[in-house]
Amino acid sequence: MDDEVLVAKMVAGDADAFRQLVARYHSTLVRVARYYVNSEATAEDVAQDTWIAVIKGAEKFEGRSSFKTWLLRILVNRARRTGTREHRQIPTNPVDPVQAQRFDEQGMWREPPQPFTEVVEGRLANAATLAAVRAAIAALPEPQQAVVTLRDVEGLSTEEVSELLELSVANVRVILHRGRAKVRDAVESSVRGGATWQ
Amino acid sequence: MAITKSITCRDAVALVSDYLDGGLTWRARRRLERHLADCGACTAYLEQMRVTVATAGTLTEDDLPDDVLNGLLDVFQKFHADPNAAS
Repeated sequence: MDDEVLVAKMVAGDADAFRQLVARYHSTLVRVARYYVNSEATAEDVAQDTWIAVIKGAEKFEGRSSFKTWLLRILVNRARRTGTREHRQIPTNPVDPVQAQRFDEQGMWREPPQPFTEVVEGRLANAATLAAVRAAIAALPEPQQAVVTLRDVEGLSTEEVSELLELSVANVRVILHRGRAKVRDAVESSVRGGATWQ
Repeated sequence: MAITKSITCRDAVALVSDYLDGGLTWRARRRLERHLADCGACTAYLEQMRVTVATAGTLTEDDLPDDVLNGLLDVFQKFHADPNAAS
């Protein structure tokens, strides 16, 4: 069911519609909050406070932006007010040291990647791959976790992510690159593991 | 027209995420595409990245602890029973 349909039902007092929205977005809210605050527990509190603000202010949602954008703005505003985390320097070199070790002095692959044939052909596009991607994203350091979640899981545009997190588009791209590379590595390990045992 | 300088696999991999995002200059895109045309390993890498990003986009609901959900539902019910009594 569309978010907007669920929101309309929620405003009318439908608890199940509210439950579905929470199930859909709560983990994203926690991950994005984590970018601003020092602990998982505080991120969880910020996410829950955001839902309480939604309960009390849902009728103020006018549909000028998507519900998702509206929700994320509430979260980011609260997280920013709560947040004490000092943002570390954002890396500007897209190739991180671990990644760099995969290449020789000439910049060639030491061990070329093998195509994810099983995944592409649907044989492995299953719970195991999904679980590998989910776990890899959850294990990303900030700000990679927030950026990958917003861009790739929630499907916001790079520009929207940039605006929401107040990072330049160039920074978002660098962070996204690093995060995606790690998630890809995890999928590769999962596919290899699967191939060995099947 | 200037000759497009060729790039290494290491350089190519650094461009892949931006390529998928449409964030490369046309010059960088051309360099990457020329490299990909001759390099199966980097083409496989690009494909893997596509699959990874697409898979991330299919993640939906995460398991949510019952106490979190029940706590929020409780606030919801109370608010809708009496909006003015909201804490």
